[in-house]
Amino acid sequence: MSGAGTAQPMQLTLNVWRQKSPAEPGRMVKYPAKDISPDMSFLEMLDVVNERLIQAGDDPIAFDHDCREGICGSCGLMINGAAHGPMKLTTACQLHMRSFKDGDEITIEPWRAKAFPVIKDLVVDRSAFDRIIQAGGFISVPTGTPQDANALPIPKPDADLAMDNAACIGCGACVAACPNASASLFTAAKISHLGVLPQGQPERSRRALAMVARMDLEEFGGCSLFGECMAVCPKGISIDAIQRMNRDYAFAMATKSDAKEWTGAA
Amino acid sequence: MRWMLQFWDSTIGKKYVMAVTGVGLVLFAVGHMAGNLQVFMGAQVFNDYAHKLQSLGPLLWIARAGLFTMAVLHIVSAVQLTMRARAARPVDYVKRESQIATWASRTMRVGGVLLAVFLVFHILHFTTGQLHPAFSKGGAYGNVVIGFGNVWVAIFYIVAMTFFGLHLYHGVWAGVRTLGVAKPNPNPMERKLALGLAIIVWAGFIAVPVGVLLGIVD
Ligand code: HEM
Ligand code: FES
Repeated sequence: MSGAGTAQPMQLTLNVWRQKSPAEPGRMVKYPAKDISPDMSFLEMLDVVNERLIQAGDDPIAFDHDCREGICGSCGLMINGAAHGPMKLTTACQLHMRSFKDGDEITIEPWRAKAFPVIKDLVVDRSAFDRIIQAGGFISVPTGTPQDANALPIPKPDADLAMDNAACIGCGACVAACPNASASLFTAAKISHLGVLPQGQPERSRRALAMVARMDLEEFGGCSLFGECMAVCPKGISIDAIQRMNRDYAFAMATKSDAKEWTGAA
Repeated sequence: MRWMLQFWDSTIGKKYVMAVTGVGLVLFAVGHMAGNLQVFMGAQVFNDYAHKLQSLGPLLWIARAGLFTMAVLHIVSAVQLTMRARAARPVDYVKRESQIATWASRTMRVGGVLLAVFLVFHILHFTTGQLHPAFSKGGAYGNVVIGFGNVWVAIFYIVAMTFFGLHLYHGVWAGVRTLGVAKPNPNPMERKLALGLAIIVWAGFIAVPVGVLLGIVD
């Protein structure tokens, strides 16, 4: 990294949520973060702070991460009140310390939602998302010899729309940022991604019914069109997906005689 | 018909109910606002208009029942969705910064409650007269002039209608989106529609108390 030697190190203070286990109450704890290079990523900064905590015999701050290149959706931190921090279209792992000023105090909290219970410190359980996917975020196709790529013509705008929605990495920032803790953007992105493609048509109605029912069952809030989810989404997914989900859901409810089966309603 | 109950049980179903009843209430509000403006055409015209409405008989009661039902459905879904949203985040953030949510969107709930209080007051004030200092049945024009003669009442109406304008600015845009009938567009049409409608309804409603306060209507 060029310039790493020249950049002034930063002196920061972290105000971090610490919680030993799901059952124990947590609290905000302040830590100094001294001599931080502006070229570090946010997670590297946490690594440095953690090494010092370990050396001092303290418990390091637990946080989720995996790829550290903005594609896996593991990282998720509420940084100074914004999901994934101050940079638009950026995951916490791709955020750099140069986005902050020397002397800053940085508040770091876990995603807050009933459906995302804290496991430890900044790590939350996002398996509610997996269950929404399991409910209908797939297509049933025979796997076998691949067919000719041109056998299924897909108009370019449809392919683009599907790709835009497929960009969702399931990080949960939409839920975290939403004043209602709604999972509408996530669920809608998954429904739209498959629902615009020919392969997704046979199960389109069932998918909407089952995924929305699961989303509600997981006790996420409803959508109030605040738009906060779209502002923090690292992949820039548009709330246009939500109206598509609403339409698919309402249409399926009104037209499918077996709607009840797919929503699992009593 | 059972699917309707099931639809009502979902968050999306409740939003559809909010949006559909919202559209109905908006249409009423626009008509009501336009009718009110006849107060500027003098006592004769306004009282005749009020009399015409009163003599609709059963039609009037059908309209009232429809409005009441829409308002109740709208409020019940609002309350249920609000309670659900509260429950969805039992532990709040120490710090959460609003990103792009408009002030109008963030005052939907408190503004809605103010509107509910306003509606009750408004009916007891100009329709049934219990909260009016000198109510005269059939004397709508005089009721308005005397009613807004109290500056505080006039201000309450103006404040309530300002929140109503805000409610419409977010509500109309949100409703169009909830129903899923907006055309995907980076510069959405329904935003402009909502802004235009909110300004027209706000200005049209406050014109009457402002007109009385300024002595244009007397
Ligand atoms: C009288 C008491 C009222 C209350 C308590 C109330 C409450 C609310 C709330 C809380 C919302 C947002 C719901 C959410 O998404 O979380 C909302 C939306 C809305 N309101 Fe009201 N409201 C009232 C009256 C009205 C009136 C009189 C009108 C129109 C003339 C109206 C039109 C709308 C519309 C169009 C929406 C948008 C629906 C949607 O989000 O899809 N409301 N209302
Ligand atoms: S760690 Fe994979 S997206 Fe941030």
